[in-house]
Amino acid sequence: MAAAGKTHATRWGVVNVVVVLYALFPVWWIAALSFKDPGTLTDGNYIPRDWTFENYRGIFATSEFTRALINSIGIALIATVIAVILGTMAAYAVARLRFPGKQVLIGMSLLIAMFPPISLVSPLFEIERIIGIFDTWPGLIIPYMTFSLPLAIYTLSAFFREIPWDLEKAAKVDGATPAQAFRLVIVPLAAPGVFTTAILVFIFCWNDFLFAISLTSTESARTVPAAIAFFTGSSQFQQPTGSIAAAAVVITVPIIIFVLLFQRRIVAGLTSGAVKG
Amino acid sequence: MSTMAGPAKGRKAPSAGARQERRLGWLLCAPAVLVMTAVTAYPIGYAVYLSLQRYDLRFPARAEFVGLSNYGSVLSSPFWWDAFWVTLFLTVVSVAIELVLGMGLALVMHRTLFARGTVRTAVLVPYGIVTVVAAFSWQYAWTPELGYLADLLPSGDAPLTEQWPALWLIILAEVWKTTPFMALLLLAGLALVPEETLKAAMVDGATPWQRFTKVMLPLMKPAILVALLFRTLDAFRIFDNIYVLTSGAHGTGSLSILGYDNLFTALNLGIGSAISVLIFICVGIIAFTFVKLFGAAAPGAEVKR
Amino acid sequence: MAEIVLEGVTKRFPDGSVAVRDVDLAIADGEFVILVGPSGCGKSTTLNMIAGLEDITEGTLRIGGRVVNDLAPKERDVAMVFQSYALYPHMSVRENMGFPLRLAKVDKATIDSKVEEAARVLDLGDFLDRKPASLSGGQRQRVAMGRAIVRDPEAFLMDEPLSNLDAKLRVQMRTQISRLQRRLGTTTVYVTHDQTEAMTLGDRVVVMRQGLVQQIGSPAELYDMPRNLFVAGFIGSPAMNFVSASLAGGTLRTPLGDLPLDDRARRALEQRGAPPEVIVGLRPEAFEDASLARGTGGPVVTATVDVLESLGSDAYVYFQVEGGPVSTAELEELATDSGLRDTGAGASQQIVARLDAATRAREGAPAELRVDMSRAHVFDPSTGSNLTHPER
Repeated sequence: MAAAGKTHATRWGVVNVVVVLYALFPVWWIAALSFKDPGTLTDGNYIPRDWTFENYRGIFATSEFTRALINSIGIALIATVIAVILGTMAAYAVARLRFPGKQVLIGMSLLIAMFPPISLVSPLFEIERIIGIFDTWPGLIIPYMTFSLPLAIYTLSAFFREIPWDLEKAAKVDGATPAQAFRLVIVPLAAPGVFTTAILVFIFCWNDFLFAISLTSTESARTVPAAIAFFTGSSQFQQPTGSIAAAAVVITVPIIIFVLLFQRRIVAGLTSGAVKG
Repeated sequence: MSTMAGPAKGRKAPSAGARQERRLGWLLCAPAVLVMTAVTAYPIGYAVYLSLQRYDLRFPARAEFVGLSNYGSVLSSPFWWDAFWVTLFLTVVSVAIELVLGMGLALVMHRTLFARGTVRTAVLVPYGIVTVVAAFSWQYAWTPELGYLADLLPSGDAPLTEQWPALWLIILAEVWKTTPFMALLLLAGLALVPEETLKAAMVDGATPWQRFTKVMLPLMKPAILVALLFRTLDAFRIFDNIYVLTSGAHGTGSLSILGYDNLFTALNLGIGSAISVLIFICVGIIAFTFVKLFGAAAPGAEVKR
Repeated sequence: MAEIVLEGVTKRFPDGSVAVRDVDLAIADGEFVILVGPSGCGKSTTLNMIAGLEDITEGTLRIGGRVVNDLAPKERDVAMVFQSYALYPHMSVRENMGFPLRLAKVDKATIDSKVEEAARVLDLGDFLDRKPASLSGGQRQRVAMGRAIVRDPEAFLMDEPLSNLDAKLRVQMRTQISRLQRRLGTTTVYVTHDQTEAMTLGDRVVVMRQGLVQQIGSPAELYDMPRNLFVAGFIGSPAMNFVSASLAGGTLRTPLGDLPLDDRARRALEQRGAPPEVIVGLRPEAFEDASLARGTGGPVVTATVDVLESLGSDAYVYFQVEGGPVSTAELEELATDSGLRDTGAGASQQIVARLDAATRAREGAPAELRVDMSRAHVFDPSTGSNLTHPER
């Protein structure tokens, strides 16, 4: 019995290690690249022979990357805040209130969740040039928050539905107006869900590439993923591999931190909206 | 918004409470609806309009209404059809692999005896990581002289410069990145399978495989369909991985790449918009097929009470 | 404190279904009234309408003389205890109980003293700074009560407040609620599906079925003089026995045997024009062991004992009689509600008699049972009404 249990455990151990390696190997590889100096860049080693921060120093020395990093953070944060606020309001209504037109809202956000972004790139490109927000922060914030709204509404309404319905009734009988019931009872209970949603939306915005390369043309609004793709070597004979690897690691760090700290919540958030009744 | 203003059918004039509730509902939804309409409905309409124009940014003065001729040029062009088949191939193959792998991963996460948190955390990394970053990692891995994986191949092979190897590498990158998401959706479905039902099946003499196919899969069907729908639509718009890995060269360009190139390399807004509209229609057909053919619970259904 | 008056109150849902139909009910100041009935009878909807959580489609609702049909819950000054307790999980016990006062903008010191006072009454003093999640079921229930009493409302509305407790605790809390209500003297409307709760708690009980009030009366009235088949079957545990009978010259011919009516019943049946085929209702305690012979006459029937349950204080004797169970819409509904439908009770009909513990009845042996005909009820199968019930 004990022996059987042991082989069982060993088997799971092996499976778990395989899964972890599968998930982390490409990340490790690019991290290793980022610490290699140009001389050993091509040695194919999994661990750098000579550790160097040269690549990091290189990217932080140019405004091409630092500016992109600021853009990425600023744009993703603002888009997240707006999307979560609008999403919270709509999701509360969807999950809690009876009003005609609810299905229209749900159908609409479903449609947008399925929308191929490339279909919007050409008209947005033209519209943004006409109204003068092409290659600016708002030019990216607006599509980001729009495309993350369905995600926010789904996830949040799933969280809201788990708050017991009676609580709101109780608050009303206790003398609260609907607005007070929302502010004093629902919002504090929903805060964890809102926070989780914010992380998911942030990851979504942080990840975008298509809008970032289509709706920007200069450093002024270009985000890191787009900037990386446009990196050039310090000389035309040198591949920008090291710089790209270093930049890649820098923008991966926040994601890793989120994942480490909020694993449970992210899993809950990703799955709650998708699988329900 | 006018659709939202109609009074509910067959109801007496609602009381103060109901009116208040309804007004609050509209008020709370209005901003989201306005934003979504302004940023998607209007532009897609504008894209339809643009697609009916001859509109080349290099010669803006020569813009004129040309009816459906842009669609004619696109649909009669081998570029469109090549990209279409490439996209379809990538979508079908990568989603199929993701489903199998994702199911395995979900079972591991569901059943593993220990290190559950570690496994879940590790699995979230591919989901969270920026696609472009992952794509670069894969690109370097497969670049001769640079990558650990290319070194494993006979020297001189550059898989990313040949169509079929490149397509498979794109699938690999796509599968790596998105399987975890699939696995998490399936995991949520697994959680809905009652433990007691499985025990009952075990007592009834079902083998593990039978328990999986006869009990788990049928119960998970709604979750599987939703996961497939999400992933299929997502895979169909594949762009980032291809852009970084091959830039769409060597016959690996997807529809999104084609649309992008027409807009930003050829600077042809008319043709590019026609492509955009056609992709939109394709996605619509896929979604419709899923919902109608498989009776998939549309992801909207979960929001109903 | 206030009286609550419902006049012709009706609830019709948007899909046209009627949950509550034309309810007239006047609840006196300080009275404890129970709404009872099987699920879907409209009792919770009625309570929600009183609370203001559901709109009233037709009719008038007055609390303390004021028409409150269109007032929001907050303007009605009623407190409600929910089945799920509906405690705010992010607030401590103290904050939970003080929440209604905080909303009413009562100053902090007053809130504190009122919460302390309520906590003392409910024996919650040690838990004031805990969160609901760390409390037991009974403690949560008391917090819910506390939240209702701190604000000293016009009325308490309770929606199955004890259903989530285990049986023993439920009995204890029942007593506590009763004591508390008497002490505070606050008008209380209490919803339950449990007839025992209804009988033990209420000054008056309102039995509802399919949105209609069946009978309003004191527990004793409902028990001894049920107005119809439904009330008769719903109130009492074990339930009243029903057998079909044909009426022939003042005698009921039943599968049990012939049962002669007493004078009171005969007169009532004549007066009401009873049909030839009727349903006879006998409570378990209408039987007694004829061999113990303390009875005062009445017909004796013989039956073979199926199962004997000895409870110490009394004994329940079960036996079968020929002929299928009596079936009317009311009884079907009761059977469904009590889960009897699922036990697969077969073609013959089971009768239960409550006998003195000293009975010598044995399983498998015949027993002689005397029937107290003064406690027999005769029902019209088509209308369900109790023909022996004095018309008032």
